[in-house]
Amino acid sequence: MTSTVQCEIVSAESSIFSGSVEMIIATGIIGDLGIAPGHAPLLTQLSPGPVRVVTKDGDEEVFYVSGGILEVQPKMVTILADTAVRAHDLDEAAAEEARKNAETNLHNQQSEIDYSTAASHLAEAAAQLRAIRQLKNKLGR
Amino acid sequence: MSGTKEIRTKIASVKNTQKITSAMELVAASKMRKAQERMAASKPYSEKIRNVISHLANANPEYRHIFMGERDVKRVGIIVISSDRGLCGGLNINLFKKSITLAKEWSDQNAEIDLCLIGKKAASFFKSTGGNVVATIAELGDEPSIDDLIGSIKVMLDSFEKGDIDKLFIVYNEFVNTMTQSPCARQLLPLNATEDESLKHHWDYIYEPDAKAVLDVLLERFIESQVYQGVVENNSCEQAARMVAMKAATDNAGDLIDDLELVYNKARQAAITQELSEIVSGAAAV
Repeated sequence: MTSTVQCEIVSAESSIFSGSVEMIIATGIIGDLGIAPGHAPLLTQLSPGPVRVVTKDGDEEVFYVSGGILEVQPKMVTILADTAVRAHDLDEAAAEEARKNAETNLHNQQSEIDYSTAASHLAEAAAQLRAIRQLKNKLGR
Repeated sequence: MSGTKEIRTKIASVKNTQKITSAMELVAASKMRKAQERMAASKPYSEKIRNVISHLANANPEYRHIFMGERDVKRVGIIVISSDRGLCGGLNINLFKKSITLAKEWSDQNAEIDLCLIGKKAASFFKSTGGNVVATIAELGDEPSIDDLIGSIKVMLDSFEKGDIDKLFIVYNEFVNTMTQSPCARQLLPLNATEDESLKHHWDYIYEPDAKAVLDVLLERFIESQVYQGVVENNSCEQAARMVAMKAATDNAGDLIDDLELVYNKARQAAITQELSEIVSGAAAV
């Protein structure tokens, strides 16, 4: 019997692969890696690229990951895959957009929260909801 | 007979409304199921990443990341996750109440507030009440993806790293069950390092390129996955709340129709009785 190791590939949005495998080949940030059962504990960043796993039946499956983290534990290999293409300048651009959104949406508003206005808005809405509930109770429905 | 005609039109219009609300209920029910699946699908990632982080923190006790250090609180960041659409009962109202309470608590301790708003409803609420909004994102749709969130999360993480904010909270609705959703506020940063004795391992990793770089990436991803989970969970809550609200609306419309039909029949009966008595009295006169 060939030796195998439990492998899990998960992303923030879903679980991609789970099963016992004979070999995992991934693209690390400083070179390609082949992980066989009994590999020393390792933690590395992955570059965007394919991840190949050889399952215990000898079948080969290929997944594409756009970066992530590969963790090797004595009895377990985990790949925490990124779903999005990550690069510093891309992240920066996204952040800039979120900031701009905030400015265009909410320009010329005061930066202090007006607690009394907030409270009155909330009280009004809560009162409406309460009124509806009471009305329903009164009508016995 | 004009009275009966009016009532008939009214009944028809209520029936139309009822059709719409019951359709919305069904749509919300199916969307809720999908949202719950998404919620379950995102769990393994954050659990795994949490394990790796606590393992790392235990293996390298001397290295303290900036995300883990407590400091004096002068400014607090709050990420508020709301829905894009209304017609979901008191869901958003309860959430804003929670956010305002949290903000007030900190401003009473002389801390200023920075807001990061996710969802249209939060944007419009804080537009009317004010507040220093540093980032907004809306229109995430029914299938939010982590790409859309990266920007606004980065704004908050950057300002934490620069020392502009000293604490980061996230406020969203927690999915208890279909009937119950409760707003909850959770502290994201600084991370409470888990001092778990059972995690004291006898082995450490080989790091590529080095422990610090890997930990930096891991922590960032961890926060992102937490926010993403909040968004997905809030989405489930929204659909569940809408389903319940629309069910109530459909029932109410049914009651209204029953009442109106009673009035309509009474009016019709009265008209027939009147006509009959007119004919009878006319015949008697001849």
